[in-house]
Amino acid sequence: MLAVYKKEMRSYFTTPIGYVFVAIFLLVGGAMFSYTTLYSMTSNMSAYFTYMMLMLIILLPILTMKSFTEEKKMRTEQLLLTSPVPITSIVLGKFLAAYTMFAGSFIFNSLYFLILYRYAEVKTGLLIGNILAMLLLGMSFIAIGLYISALTENQLAAAIGTIAVLLLLLGIGLINMLLPDKYWLRYVIDCISVFTRFQTFTNGYFDFASLIYYLSISGIFVYLTVRVYDKRRYS
Amino acid sequence: MQSPFEYMVKVENLVKRYGSNYALNDVSFEINEGEIVGLLGPNGAGKSTAMNILTGYLSATSGSAYIDGISMVEKPLEAKKLIGFLPEQPPVYPEMTVWEYLNFVYELKGCTLPRKEHIEEVMDVVKLGDVRDKLISHLSKGYKQRVGIAQAIMGDPKVVVFDEPTVGLDPKQILEVRNLLRTLGKRHTVILSTHILSEVQAVCERIIIINKGRIIADEKTEELTRAIEDTYRYEVRISGPQKDVLAALKKVNGVTGVERTDGRDADAQIYIVDTAKGIDIRKPLFYMCAEHGWPILGLSPFGTDLESIFVRLIDRSDIQMRPEGGNK
Repeated sequence: MLAVYKKEMRSYFTTPIGYVFVAIFLLVGGAMFSYTTLYSMTSNMSAYFTYMMLMLIILLPILTMKSFTEEKKMRTEQLLLTSPVPITSIVLGKFLAAYTMFAGSFIFNSLYFLILYRYAEVKTGLLIGNILAMLLLGMSFIAIGLYISALTENQLAAAIGTIAVLLLLLGIGLINMLLPDKYWLRYVIDCISVFTRFQTFTNGYFDFASLIYYLSISGIFVYLTVRVYDKRRYS
Repeated sequence: MQSPFEYMVKVENLVKRYGSNYALNDVSFEINEGEIVGLLGPNGAGKSTAMNILTGYLSATSGSAYIDGISMVEKPLEAKKLIGFLPEQPPVYPEMTVWEYLNFVYELKGCTLPRKEHIEEVMDVVKLGDVRDKLISHLSKGYKQRVGIAQAIMGDPKVVVFDEPTVGLDPKQILEVRNLLRTLGKRHTVILSTHILSEVQAVCERIIIINKGRIIADEKTEELTRAIEDTYRYEVRISGPQKDVLAALKKVNGVTGVERTDGRDADAQIYIVDTAKGIDIRKPLFYMCAEHGWPILGLSPFGTDLESIFVRLIDRSDIQMRPEGGNK
């Protein structure tokens, strides 16, 4: 697993992808921070984190689009799959590498909040809750992205497919706003919506069920990715 | 029945089915330690499929493969440790340097040999020393192939499998790779696939011929070569009056039939001569022509290209199969 992880990390920085990702992340992240807090003269962070989530929908697929598509196209997966390494380790190595890229950039970006402490009273608990939620959300996005990249040979298709699926997950949360208050479907959607789950964090609650929810999504999609490879061997 | 442990590689009743198509149909063979075996067959015969199953990349519909007695199905991770594989396209990462790539492979395979020494040694064997810090994307096809071979022998596996190792190389590179394979045969059990007959004849001790997912021959190279050369048809180019030549050819001891073709070579006519089994007509033919004063411009066995050999072997295997009760 470590070998795959190291290889992936190296490949992020020997190809432009890693630099592009980090640059856009920090640029847009910084602009969003300035606009939502400093410029708006508020220490309320919920706008920042909501925008951040939207940004992840566009940016995280850049990290995962290459993960398996390139291996398939270059036939290097034959090396990986004939090595004495379980498929799960290969998938986890790639997953952790993409996650390191995301978490590193995000945590670095979050250091901006230290500026806020100078000018206003910041609710530290709320801030940490939000950061934690974002780290969990990113995890599930990356797992979904990996799964989709295992399904195709085309990077662009993987990226666009992932963005579409993530938007869909977001979209079903928005449908809720149109539904009547006590309608049963609302509860179902609340339960599966990535967005609604996230809102509980931005509102300042640490929701244990949501923690489990994000971890499960990640787990399920990592598992499905492994299954894609298992199945391909048999078909 | 011998236990699988006595062979380095044992493949039993391998079947691989895609829908209703059989890519492999009941393939079995055994390979002893230290052998160099060639899998020969036309494109699409099932060579790659067999190798992919043997190395654990694909799984079989039914049947089993053992490496040094360890089942690829039941203990894939242990079995994979014993085998190195060079697929049809070398599995290299273009954005890495040769050195980085080999280090990655070393880690991926969980090698335990002393790291620096072993990688240096592998690079030495395939002669990669002068490109160690070059990006793989900048290497020529021949060098990429060598990087692929280096990858396969990393960790000193007992068995190495090469899928069409010389395809796409120029003649000089082909010779280099063949020499390399012969060298590797001294330390590893080597299986290689090819659709070029002369290649297996040059490199392998044993040849397994596959056609349409079935094994149609499995013999020592010398025996197979003899069987192939044991031809009963010759192409002769004789310069002389056609009618007389034709009549005289028929009278040579052992000749059962002569056919004049439309082909010409300078002032010579091309004839196809059928001979009786077990009689070598070449010397009598020569003396006969010398007597008449007809120069022979060429004399060669007819129908030794891969296609006609396959036809002959397939005919033979069909004849062998029939008495056993319609296996086909």
